[in-house]
Amino acid sequence: MSVMTQTVVLDAKIPPGPLEDKWDNHKASVKLVSPANKRKYTIIVVGTGLAGASAAASLAELGYNVLNFCIQDSPRRAHSVAAQGGINAAKNYQNDGDSVFRLFYDTIKGGDYRAREANVYRLAQLSVQIIDQAVAQGVPFAREYGGLLANRSFGGAQVSRTFYARGQTGQQLLLGAYSALMRQVDAGRVKLFPRREMLDLVVIDGRARGIICRNLVTGEIEAYAADAVCLATGGYSTVYFLSTNAVNSNATAIWRAYKKGAMFANPCFTQIHPTCLPESYQGQSKLTLMSESLRNDGRVWVPKKKGDTRPPNEIPEDERDYFLERRYPAFGNLVPRDIASRAAKAVCDAGYGVGATGRAVYLDFSDAIKRLGVDVIRERYGNLFAMYHEITGEDPYKVPMRIYPAPHYTMGGLWVDYNLMTTIPGLYALGEANFSDHGANRLGASALMQGLADGYFIIPVTIGDFLAEHRPDGLKTDHPAFKEAIRNVEDQIKRLLSINGKRTVREYWWELGRIMWDYVGMSRNAEGLKKAISDIRALREEYWKNVRVPGSAEDLNKSLELAGRVADFLELGELMAMDALDREESCGGHFREEYQTPDGEALRRDDLFCHVSVWEYKGEGNDPVRHKEPLVFEVVKPSQRSYK
Amino acid sequence: MKYHLRIWRQAGPDKPGRFEDYTVDNIEPDMSFLEMLDILNEQLIKEGKEPIAFDSDCREGICGMCGLVINGMAHGPRRLTTTCELRMRHFPDGATITVEPFRAEAFPIIKDLVVDRSALDRIIAAGGYISVNTGSAPDANAIPIPKHIAEEAMDAAACIGCGACVAACPNASAALFTAAKISHLALLPQGHPERERRVQRMVAQMDLEGFGNCSNHGECEAACPKGISILNIARMRREFLRAQVRGPVV
Ligand SMILES: Cc1cc2nc3c(=O)[nH]c(=O)nc-3n(C[C@H](O)[C@H](O)[C@H](O)COP(=O)(O)OP(=O)(O)OC[C@H]3O[C@@H](n4cnc5c(N)ncnc54)[C@H](O)[C@@H]3O)c2cc1C
Ligand code: SF4
Ligand code: FES
Repeated sequence: MSVMTQTVVLDAKIPPGPLEDKWDNHKASVKLVSPANKRKYTIIVVGTGLAGASAAASLAELGYNVLNFCIQDSPRRAHSVAAQGGINAAKNYQNDGDSVFRLFYDTIKGGDYRAREANVYRLAQLSVQIIDQAVAQGVPFAREYGGLLANRSFGGAQVSRTFYARGQTGQQLLLGAYSALMRQVDAGRVKLFPRREMLDLVVIDGRARGIICRNLVTGEIEAYAADAVCLATGGYSTVYFLSTNAVNSNATAIWRAYKKGAMFANPCFTQIHPTCLPESYQGQSKLTLMSESLRNDGRVWVPKKKGDTRPPNEIPEDERDYFLERRYPAFGNLVPRDIASRAAKAVCDAGYGVGATGRAVYLDFSDAIKRLGVDVIRERYGNLFAMYHEITGEDPYKVPMRIYPAPHYTMGGLWVDYNLMTTIPGLYALGEANFSDHGANRLGASALMQGLADGYFIIPVTIGDFLAEHRPDGLKTDHPAFKEAIRNVEDQIKRLLSINGKRTVREYWWELGRIMWDYVGMSRNAEGLKKAISDIRALREEYWKNVRVPGSAEDLNKSLELAGRVADFLELGELMAMDALDREESCGGHFREEYQTPDGEALRRDDLFCHVSVWEYKGEGNDPVRHKEPLVFEVVKPSQRSYK
Repeated sequence: MKYHLRIWRQAGPDKPGRFEDYTVDNIEPDMSFLEMLDILNEQLIKEGKEPIAFDSDCREGICGMCGLVINGMAHGPRRLTTTCELRMRHFPDGATITVEPFRAEAFPIIKDLVVDRSALDRIIAAGGYISVNTGSAPDANAIPIPKHIAEEAMDAAACIGCGACVAACPNASAALFTAAKISHLALLPQGHPERERRVQRMVAQMDLEGFGNCSNHGECEAACPKGISILNIARMRREFLRAQVRGPVV
């Protein structure tokens, strides 16, 4: 069934003026809330990752009253903690020609010209301040002997602009943001709600006014009212079941906001990361990432002979195909992720893959160890090598790593305007949860930058502009809209618990993941996408008849938590496939087999698809409607990306 | 591979707990300990029983959410390894394995193997930070920090807040956790202005939460998955004495 709807053109509210002045002009023109009035406003921040923690801390520092929620038992455990490689910033400390413009340009190009110029330029500008802020908080970034900050390079860039703290950059940046957050908790300006899961958004008179949560310890359904709501709930790569993301990562908060009217942008833009541990046994619960920084020193290769089963160290140099260096001499092993992933898939599909399943390629450090010595390699990547060794039982100082692409990051997310506001007034989306800055492919070390730019520097400015026009009105959670939202959440929980079917939640999740990986994964075609849509619909229907969720709603029940998330994945997966089908071009991580250049590179169709696809929910049983935000390039002219 | 498991079950904070016996089969050597428990839970759900509650998130040793006492050892028998990183190849086929929650007065059990470690957050809230508002920071290279100092600070900052040190300590002391944060910030020039106040408040909070005193057993360091050195505790003591000498600032 489908409903007739007019599609609209979304207004991103990009400030006027030259690109380099837009943000400054905007800051100078937004409305302000006076310091004395700020404490009369309550802001809900859902999520305590880099985006959520930095936003909650910064808003509280300004004087707002902040309520901050997360699923984990402590805000410090948000998934951002797992980021390894680093964070980009246009500091040009290396004097190697970097600049705000170059970081902007690399990010626009890396995203295959599917991001907004004004947003990306602002991101590049703010990158510089993020590093200052982090260092002042005590983030122990790597340093040179002279005591100044060290840098490394990442994919898609020819300068060294990535700051890092060993292989634990995300952890250290998150602990910095977490410490700022805990300082505000100490000061009484942030109230923390860990072990809570947001299950619905409350919209009153068209405006976001609160959330409904489940207390994951007691099972209670709780309601919270506010003057504005920020979702910083991360990405949805776990729709694939196996991914590099944490097992509690989910789409529930943004999905339920979508069903309340927040439009969803570019759901099919997902990133498959080239350097992850391959899938190797039944029951595997994740595909551990081996940071992209490894491609600085590791060389990717497969044997030149098909089905060569010799151990890697016995394969002579001239019988190895360093396929990234061969195909992309200018960037070599440091091509962007989408390109590296597809190249690995191509050699494996052609029968050159290694390992027991033939779905892996080598990442070899022997040359780097010869050149730099084992100590330098240990200092740079010690914890990653140890992690690899522990998981696989093989020592990467002696044998090349075996890696394969895995779902890692979702560029798609809730549509936001320049102010990070969604299509629901008063509802904001920050960090990986929004779609804003990475276009069709994110460059390495840019997600940490974006999450922190959103939280530390953007939302504190833009939210005031909205709040100044929307005075506190003393809304309480006894309003009928809260009661209705609570009832809906309780009904869904009851329904899930009452089915008592034959298959577990995980079994459905796993099966959905297979469909997504096979048809909405690294390469896609119309036939496969149509099949995915019908398979997902059938699976969803079966889920609601045959899932078994044990336990009760009245206490800690991890199966119940998962059941709600998987119910949402079973809807989101379909939207991803619809979006991928609708976008009849290849760009960045979205590779449609029908649209490729003769040498197998992504073929963009700027005449037809130079826009953001923005999906509007139209109620259960109805197809969603796709609207557009056209992308206008005033400074960078889109061209075919070349890394050769 | 096949294993016999003795697992602590406890329905809620005030409910009595007991060990229950289970058997799992077809376990792969490369599987992690938590993946083995996933399989057991799938089995239990199919049998119409309630699965075992345990915490985890990143499953790669960095978030600090997981934590089980395995055969009497916090995070199990492997050094420098979290529960989620522990692989089944380290347990002989057919072995019996005992699984318990992290036990400490300051970590009340919520359910089965899940405990409440929010006391650790409250210790950080009592001063485990540098007071710098967003936007007021000087250029990142304004203060050079010698490489070895930055590295030492990083060693201490690597703590994942898992609480294994507490679970391993006969006194259930949180000294290693607290000392790691105090060291990290005391080593860096940015942390100096607040160092006296920080150590006094954090130590006071640690005591308030009901953690025991440190009496130098060293079990914490042995159990710590991130190799946080016990020398940090010595540094915390020095910081504390220093603060006492300089007079109370709290
Ligand atoms: C293994 C790995 C390595 C990476 N390495 C890098 C890197 O080196 N450089 C880089 O730039 N990027 C990297 N990334 C990407 C980057 O880490 C993430 O994109 C980024 O950290 C996301 O931050 P966030 O704040 O948006 O969300 P997250 O950190 O995912 O936080 C989400 C928060 O929302 C909460 N939440 C979610 N749903 C709900 C709900 N319904 N109710 C209540 N709370 C909820 C969670 O509890 C959590 O607190 C990496 C990602 C992975 C997986
Ligand atoms: S010191 Fe070690 S054992 Fe203790 S919380 Fe930190 S990482 Fe865990
Ligand atoms: S689950 Fe994150 S450290 Fe084990």
